[in-house]
Amino acid sequence: MIREIFGYGFIVFGIVFDFFGALGLVRLPDVYNRLQAATKCVTFGSAGILFGVFILEGFASGGLKSLICMVFILLTSPVAAHAISRAAYRSGVKPAKETVVDLYADELKGSEKDENAKA
Amino acid sequence: MSRTLRWFIGLLLVIAFIVFNFAIIEVEFLVRLINILLMCTLMVIFRVIFGPSAADRVVAVDIFGIIIVGLLALVSLFTGASFFLDIAMAWALQSFIVSLALAKFLEGRHMDD
Repeated sequence: MIREIFGYGFIVFGIVFDFFGALGLVRLPDVYNRLQAATKCVTFGSAGILFGVFILEGFASGGLKSLICMVFILLTSPVAAHAISRAAYRSGVKPAKETVVDLYADELKGSEKDENAKA
Repeated sequence: MSRTLRWFIGLLLVIAFIVFNFAIIEVEFLVRLINILLMCTLMVIFRVIFGPSAADRVVAVDIFGIIIVGLLALVSLFTGASFFLDIAMAWALQSFIVSLALAKFLEGRHMDD
């Protein structure tokens, strides 16, 4: 009984996070804002769903598979998000008009100056 | 004006979906949860089709893969067949590789760089 309450609680929690992540992906104005909202919310939400399935199934085949899948998603999704945001900045996508500070542009200019000075 | 109109249409669609899912149809509780995840995938597909730049589409494809993993876990819980979680594991692995390859391609580098 208490196991079902905790399992469905985790699943509903994860689905709420998934829904708000997809809403942020549609709603926000910029590639970087969309990536931040969507990746964090959806990773946490899907990990919550998989952990709820693990609690409901127990240490059977289904539960262990969902636990392995959850660990894999939590390890790999930030790496993919970092690679995509770096590639988007380097391919020339401008931030939105409301952006206050852009530190990575200064860092890129500094590294180019260093390379020119060495050459 | 156009921005306000789009915002209003989106709010109306989300409210209509929630009323349809929780008040009109009569199914089990897990099917209602699966319907919410299918709505999320429709929103992500909207971003894949109408994204202004290529980076938007890459982000949307990455998010699509992760949502599908959660959906497959719920389908496995609903049907009682645990091989859906095998599909979920394979999808997660392949989605990671696809995201890295698309990011590298977007940056303008080649595969052996």
